[in-house]
Amino acid sequence: MQLLNTSYLTKQTKAAPLAVFRILFGFMMLASIIRFWSYGWIHTLYIEPIFAFSFYGFDWLPLLGNYTYLLFVICALAAFCVAIGYKYRIAVILFFLSFTYIELLDKTTYLNHYYFISCLSFLLIFLPANCYYSVDALRSKKIRVNNVPAWTIDSIKLLLCIVYFYAGLAKINSDWLLEAMPLQIWLPSRYDVPLLGNLLQQEWMHYAFSWGGAFYDIAIPFLLLYKPSRSIAFIFVVIFHVLTRVLFPIGMFPYIMIVSTLIFFDASFHERVLSFFSKILKKLRLFKPVKIKKKQQVSKDTIAPYVIGVFMVIQLLLPWRYLAYPGELFWTEEGYRFSWRVMLMEKAGYAQFTIKDTKSGKKFAVNNSDFLTPFQEKQMSTQADFIVQYAHYLGTHFANQGHQNIAVYVESYVALNGRLSKQYINPTVNLLEVDDAFVHKDWILDFNDTIQGL
Amino acid sequence: MKYTPLAIAFLVLFFLSCGGDDTIETTSPSDTFNRSAMLVHWADNFILPGYTALETSLNTLSVATEDFVAAPSTISLASARSSWLSAYQAFQTVSMFEIGRAEQLNFRNRFNVYPINTQELDALVSSGSWNLELPSTLDVQGFPAIDYLLHGLGTDEATIAFFTTSNEAENYKVYLTGLVQTMQTLTAQVRSDWSNGFREAYIANTSSSSSGAVDQTVNAFLFYYEKALRAGKVGIPAGVFSGSPLPENVEGLHSQENSKQLLEISLGATQNFFNGTGVSGTNGASLKAYLDALNTVKNGTDLSALINTQFEAAQVEISGLQANFVSQIESDNSKMLQAYDELQRNVILMKVDMLQALSIDINYVDADGD
Repeated sequence: MQLLNTSYLTKQTKAAPLAVFRILFGFMMLASIIRFWSYGWIHTLYIEPIFAFSFYGFDWLPLLGNYTYLLFVICALAAFCVAIGYKYRIAVILFFLSFTYIELLDKTTYLNHYYFISCLSFLLIFLPANCYYSVDALRSKKIRVNNVPAWTIDSIKLLLCIVYFYAGLAKINSDWLLEAMPLQIWLPSRYDVPLLGNLLQQEWMHYAFSWGGAFYDIAIPFLLLYKPSRSIAFIFVVIFHVLTRVLFPIGMFPYIMIVSTLIFFDASFHERVLSFFSKILKKLRLFKPVKIKKKQQVSKDTIAPYVIGVFMVIQLLLPWRYLAYPGELFWTEEGYRFSWRVMLMEKAGYAQFTIKDTKSGKKFAVNNSDFLTPFQEKQMSTQADFIVQYAHYLGTHFANQGHQNIAVYVESYVALNGRLSKQYINPTVNLLEVDDAFVHKDWILDFNDTIQGL
Repeated sequence: MKYTPLAIAFLVLFFLSCGGDDTIETTSPSDTFNRSAMLVHWADNFILPGYTALETSLNTLSVATEDFVAAPSTISLASARSSWLSAYQAFQTVSMFEIGRAEQLNFRNRFNVYPINTQELDALVSSGSWNLELPSTLDVQGFPAIDYLLHGLGTDEATIAFFTTSNEAENYKVYLTGLVQTMQTLTAQVRSDWSNGFREAYIANTSSSSSGAVDQTVNAFLFYYEKALRAGKVGIPAGVFSGSPLPENVEGLHSQENSKQLLEISLGATQNFFNGTGVSGTNGASLKAYLDALNTVKNGTDLSALINTQFEAAQVEISGLQANFVSQIESDNSKMLQAYDELQRNVILMKVDMLQALSIDINYVDADGD
């Protein structure tokens, strides 16, 4: 390993791209948190629910009630410190921990975008992003350098490439390419989008968007890496993400991706960006020029590239874990998350739980809105791991109320990508007798259809 | 010049993001389904005439109850009872439209929370003071409270006695007329809101967002079908949610024989709404037509046909029930449960399949997507 990598690991490049990335990432995160807060989502998503769907293995993580706001404050402050490069290492570790904590609170809110932020901030912990154009560099000559190891910037590029490329691979399936699903459902409903509204009703547009989207995701990493096509590629990036922003409710993510892809540009571009920042700072009388000795960072930190190497290998392998499960991935969702499967499915469901006394045979149906928010109910009704978790919660709840010999059954129906809804979970299985685990959930009924593809 | 593409990219970003999601194009494409026409049809042939009819029938009820309290007799009692039933029937056709002013007023809960709390009602009448605006009084007002006062106090003679010879006769009279007045006031507010501007705002609100009129109306419709109709009128009294039947929870408990009729009117109204058959029989754009326009074919059958078949299956099941649900539940509850199952199947077809086809979200979900 050492032998293989030595020359690459010592290769140096200018630090400006990393500095610009740090600044833009930090401010984007700060804006995202303020936006999230201003919509009242902290309350509706994390405080209001009486029950939280924990991630497998994270049920020990305490819910924070009103202190959730404090968690967001910490996260916002950390994001700001990352942006200005103040006590960078501590700040980015705090950001990673607080952001990931928020995401782990309830998997109802899971989005690939949030997972991407967690991955990226984890990566940033190991990168010397404060060595240039930061408060830390201003205060300490030791940190201040012009150049950073090339692998630091390359690792961010690699993560972006993985996200795009895997998102593209996931689109190579018969629903997406041959049926134009789920865009066939989603696009016509955006009839009121300016200029595009009429076109979105046309079937050929659904196919054009499906094929275009798949092609974009697969090709864009290469177009960004290859210098002659880079500028054109960036225009594609902007158009693509702005379109997704206009057509779908995906919040800040498009802007984050647009800003992130700037990392592919040369250092000279980033130096121009920084000199633009300097102009603003000068006007604000905040700018203080410092001399940088043109020295390279002496890398005492030999472990970082290996941690990142292992991390990248995990990233490359994790999306394939679905191959270990029988059945249709879109139906069972076993191995669906953490794999950059974005906007692939339109899934809707309905789950009616019944609590049965196995001795007396008496039974009654549960009103989900007594326990779950509408958002939780929506997510729960289409995902088997949510269903079993909720069933166990109901079992405990009604046992505490004095019910005995409890069995929990569910009548659930799911419609996937425009197919007629069909029964999802085996209604004769007592869900208290099965667990949420990594083994295949054989109590999910067959999909009885095939979606060809990766 | 080197960064021209970059500059173009940022310009595109700037202009497109300015477009954002708050601009609304009002011209409807000719080759696609006309949502605006559907909203006009809903407003003019369901909602407005529905509330107007309710207003009229409540006026009749008001006259009848005034007559009854002025001169309680078996004749005036019978007249009040029949006006009560007509108004209750009229209510069944508009209750699904709990949007706008009706939603703010909590219309359905002001009109039709059952079973009522008879002890509480008796105590209020005895005390001689009450405030029907308080949330705590939802279960002592509306049609079920009138039902109790007109049918639930005893025989005709006993009922009349409450309004004539009892010590609290005056209080009973004031309470009964107050109930009707409250309902008149609420209905007048909703109806006049629709007549004075809300209709125009409603039909212009063709936005595809969750605040759009189609989204709101469909959400209100499905909430009504699932909670008020399927659960309220059938599931809860049949014991689906409690383990054992709760016959005292039927609609129209005290008059005994109207539960089935009220359910049938309500179910018919939901099917008519789905099919776009207006109150006076006028046909127009509908959810059915919308699904057909989207060419929603499931397993070789039109989704709209599947939904209509399911409406009919539920109606067949219900037609076999006794008029009096209390005696139906006590003699053979399994028939109630079968009716519930048929109603339930359409919850799935409409809430899962139809909403997916129309790409309408359950509108109180507010969060980012992937």
